[in-house]
Amino acid sequence: MIAESMYQELILEHYKHPQGRGLRDPFDAEVHHVNPTCGDEITMRVRLGDGDKVEDVSYDGQGCSISQAAASVLHELATGSTVGETLAVVDEFTRLMQGRGQVEPDEDVLGDAVAFAGVAKFPARVKCALLAWMAYKDALARSAS
Amino acid sequence: MDTVFDVERIRKDFPVLSRELPGGRPLVYLDSGNSSQKPFQVIETMREHLAVHYANVGRAMHVLGAESTEAYESAREKVAAFVGAPSRDEIVFTKNASEALNLVAYAFGNPINEDPRFTMGPGDEIVISEMEHHSNIVPWQLLARRTGATLRWFSVTDEGRLDLSDLDELVTERTKIVSIAHQSNVLGTVNPVARVLERVRQVGALMMLDASQSVPHKAVDVAALDVDFLAFTGHKAVGPSGIGVLWARAELLEAMPPFLGGGEMIEAVWMDRSTYAPAPHKFEAGTPPIVEAVGLGAAVDYLSSVGMDAIAAHERELTRYALEALGEVPGLRVVGPTDLEDRGGTVSFTLDGIHPHDVGQILDDEFGVAVRVGHHCARPLHLRFGIPATTRASFYLYNTPAEIDALVRGLHHVRKVFA
Ligand SMILES: Cc1ncc(COP(=O)(O)O)c(C=O)c1O
Repeated sequence: MIAESMYQELILEHYKHPQGRGLRDPFDAEVHHVNPTCGDEITMRVRLGDGDKVEDVSYDGQGCSISQAAASVLHELATGSTVGETLAVVDEFTRLMQGRGQVEPDEDVLGDAVAFAGVAKFPARVKCALLAWMAYKDALARSAS
Repeated sequence: MDTVFDVERIRKDFPVLSRELPGGRPLVYLDSGNSSQKPFQVIETMREHLAVHYANVGRAMHVLGAESTEAYESAREKVAAFVGAPSRDEIVFTKNASEALNLVAYAFGNPINEDPRFTMGPGDEIVISEMEHHSNIVPWQLLARRTGATLRWFSVTDEGRLDLSDLDELVTERTKIVSIAHQSNVLGTVNPVARVLERVRQVGALMMLDASQSVPHKAVDVAALDVDFLAFTGHKAVGPSGIGVLWARAELLEAMPPFLGGGEMIEAVWMDRSTYAPAPHKFEAGTPPIVEAVGLGAAVDYLSSVGMDAIAAHERELTRYALEALGEVPGLRVVGPTDLEDRGGTVSFTLDGIHPHDVGQILDDEFGVAVRVGHHCARPLHLRFGIPATTRASFYLYNTPAEIDALVRGLHHVRKVFA
């Protein structure tokens, strides 16, 4: 049914086998975000290199499949990319999540993150999907300052 | 009243139970601990009051005003009888259990109060427990912050029982009030009121029960319990939302300062002071939730006509069935007592490696099974057990063993999806 389509194979795969999980040194900024309604939480570190390069996004946390898979996908997309490129993904992902299922996702920008499109139909779960991305945005802002 | 409990007949009283969910799934409502569904007897009584009896209460000198006041006050009388209160004047209508708990908390440490039982300051102590709903935690935290008093906690054992091993060290001459759940909204545990009360009386403190999860499910008699205050909420007892109840001994209501000020709670108002109406009106400032109170009156009539002992017995059988059936789901751990002794029909659990949000979503979406997932407004209790969240199934008079089978089938499927 609808929820089953939310749990895309890619999401379940990332949930069962998270990529890049665990906090690593060195890092430029560390943030801790929680979702007060359900208790999902994430600690995230970013390490930036020359030319705006994102050298590493490491994280640890607990929560539902959606929040944990989102962090894993984010790690894959962001690591090795640039701050500018990843901020574009954050924006598109946020637009998709806040679109109540009515927004046509831009797959070229989102890459694997497009698998979360179905989550937007479940208002209660949107915050789960956004948790890691909001933490990432916050960490970038802090490492710049 | 002692006829066989006919759950199919009862289900027919609740219109929502025969609706279908999108996709043609039947509704399996296992979330009554959160809020219960309503029988047409309640819906009709409220509709009729709105349609042909409605006016403000207590202040209108006309037929409708008299009818509305009569309905409102007779709801108070029904509620008083339902919980065994010696007088209907001991029943204060609030908007929910949370407001009833706050009302009592605000009686303490109030500079306009004169009664020594309600003074509070540094050195005084308030005792609650780790298994409380946030509504029976935060008002006392705020009171402690306002007055400098200390908030102390009963622990909870690994089995989900109130830990009474340090009762005498916890409840002492410094204690002014002990407030605990009659029945836990997460564990299902029914707390040993008499044992705690005995100590409370020894030290001359007051005792409040948060009966939000007991009054809807079994016969509760405030005179027999012998505590000082008891709160519950209408929407969990087949009544509407927007109405709650504080019961307190008449003598205490008289001693307590008013909570909210406004119309209907006064006797006379001058520019520099006011005198107050006698209880319960002293605590009911402004136009009350009239139709909701009338609805609650119909709700307790409905529950009494089914019989509270019959309801309790039915829920006990459901709980027995559920504990057995859930025990066979691999990786499932019940958080709370696994025996039926002093336990109600609320079963919370974890499933190995699967987050409750994912459990709840699949149960709802594929099986139409409505459960609650999260910390159920009892975060300290979840911290105590070292878990962020649980899945909770809670039963009521209209639930059936077949619905528990649906839950269990759903859980097996959840395990397949996330295996
Ligand atoms: C044990 C307990 N206390 C208090 C409450 C609060 O009830 P209400 O939200 O109606 O104030 C609830 C229910 O949410 C509860 O289960």
